[in-house]
Amino acid sequence: MTISSSPPDPSSLWKPNRKASKYVQRVVVWIFGAFALVSVATTFGIIMSLMLETINFFKTVPIWRFLTDTQWTPLFSNPQYGILVLFSATFLTAIIAISVALPLGLFSAIYLSEYAPPQLRKWLKPALEILAGVPTVVFGYFALLLVTPFLQFFIPNLGGFNALSAGLVLGVSITPLVASLSEDAIYAVPESLQKGAYALGCTKREAIVGVILPSALSGIVASCILAISRALGETMIVTLAAGQNPNLTLNPLVPIMTMTAYIVQVSLGDTPAGSIAFLSIFAVGMTLFIITLIFNIFSFWFVRTFREKYE
Amino acid sequence: MISDSMNQTLTEAALRAQNVFVYYGSTLAVRDVTLDIPKNKITAFIGPSGCGKSTILRCFNRTNDLISGARVEGKITFHGRDLYAKGVDPVEVRRRIGMVFQKPNPFPKSIYENIAFGARINGYQGNMDELVEQSLRSAAIWDEVKDKLKESGLSLSGGQQQRLCIARAIAIEPEIILMDEPCSALDPISTLKVEELMQQLKERYTIVIVTHNMQQASRVSDKTAFFNAEATDKGGKVGYLVEYDDTSTIFSNPKQEYTRDYVSGRFG
Ligand SMILES: Nc1ncnc2c1ncn2[C@@H]1O[C@H](COP(=O)(O)OP(=O)(O)OP(=O)(O)O)[C@@H](O)[C@H]1O
Ligand SMILES: [Mg+2]
Repeated sequence: MTISSSPPDPSSLWKPNRKASKYVQRVVVWIFGAFALVSVATTFGIIMSLMLETINFFKTVPIWRFLTDTQWTPLFSNPQYGILVLFSATFLTAIIAISVALPLGLFSAIYLSEYAPPQLRKWLKPALEILAGVPTVVFGYFALLLVTPFLQFFIPNLGGFNALSAGLVLGVSITPLVASLSEDAIYAVPESLQKGAYALGCTKREAIVGVILPSALSGIVASCILAISRALGETMIVTLAAGQNPNLTLNPLVPIMTMTAYIVQVSLGDTPAGSIAFLSIFAVGMTLFIITLIFNIFSFWFVRTFREKYE
Repeated sequence: MISDSMNQTLTEAALRAQNVFVYYGSTLAVRDVTLDIPKNKITAFIGPSGCGKSTILRCFNRTNDLISGARVEGKITFHGRDLYAKGVDPVEVRRRIGMVFQKPNPFPKSIYENIAFGARINGYQGNMDELVEQSLRSAAIWDEVKDKLKESGLSLSGGQQQRLCIARAIAIEPEIILMDEPCSALDPISTLKVEELMQQLKERYTIVIVTHNMQQASRVSDKTAFFNAEATDKGGKVGYLVEYDDTSTIFSNPKQEYTRDYVSGRFG
């Protein structure tokens, strides 16, 4: 190519095809819109069907009995559907899990973001993420076949299925979530605050405890809530390791049955479709959905209200 | 003139830098700085961007230690004690030599807690309410915040936040306050307030201020240090102290050509 000696009229060099790009633009918007719609519609459809079956269930079993009965005996001739029984189990495993995951995750997050030498950090972070990628079914039989027998050394009356080992392992499985979200929250605290703390004569520990953690609090709480709602909905570990025995108890040593474990049991069993026992899994699923929804809304609200705006 | 120089010999140096070199990693950032910071005076650091004013300032309270790779050579003494000697705790140094930053950085805590926090971690045993009030008064912000001490420090305006940060710094009763462009994020009125405040504070504290504002340096300071940067043969830049004298001398009758050009705005 040679450059012509007489400079061409600059305006002739630019011919944007505005009309075509407008059409392309419109098509693109439609395509993206359609995809967005599919995902929203699917979610909505699931909730709708869940709701319809739940309503069918409550036509036979009054909702107040569902909420107040203290037995869960769907296969008895005089069945009782007291959700408290399943809820207590779910609640118990989630509490055990978060009491493991919160300290473990938070301390790893603090260590990773504040203390770990860069070389170590480069290895530790991916290691933590690998832990997050372990299939929960592996965690499940790990709890059943290793943790429970191990714990039985110290607690002889521990059942073969129990909330304790399921909860502990569940806690380990959600630790990476707590750690990684808390680390993000700590990382987001502006460096200027840290410098301000040091300039006041803070030691590293005082700067972390007095300034950095409080500043990251909303993010840490949000990570915790998210981890709890993950624990509530977790299925494989509790189904494998916590048992299939609907017990209204907060005793972590005996077999229990969580909401998710019940759903698995009915889905895999030979309960006739359309029977009340079968419909009950929709009511249980709906309950679980509402509980996690409340948690997520609370976490959303909490972050919105308590997030510090540093600008 | 005579009384001036007599004053000079009489005033005690609070900080003394002798042949200070600062490196970031393997690059030399500032070379061979020697100067005395007089007690109960305001000393201004001026100079073009990147000439190492902040770097030298950070040496005085060992906040360079927090930057990985930063290394200080030479000697800096605080009332005769070597700040970089073995066994000197940087945390203790920072307690005695406070710092105010370019961007106001109040903690996301209440106004009260912003002040009380530093005092508490440093083991203050006295009446906390009194200390908070007195610090806020000294920073000339008490009247504006006395009715909302429980509100977040972040709810204040930028100028108020900066004075809150000054109050926070003086609450732990340091001897020296280092200020790195404390007014560059503030409007002219807030700037004026901070400048007035500095005049009051110098009766009790020694102040070192970095500023890009020539008028500010000439208005507030007693002594001025002019830094410049020169190209090295490796293609980098290294900062050095060009001239250090009474502010009036620097601005009216500097000895160096560079200084004259810089303070009169003819710098190229
Ligand atoms: N944290 C750091 N890591 C590496 N190099 C740095 C760091 N801080 C400063 N430097 C370098 O040291 C030199 C002096 O920087 P310094 O910030 O002290 O200049 P300054 O005079 O304060 O500039 P300004 O007026 O823009 O604030 C510059 O060349 C800069 O690139
Ligand atoms: Mg600077």
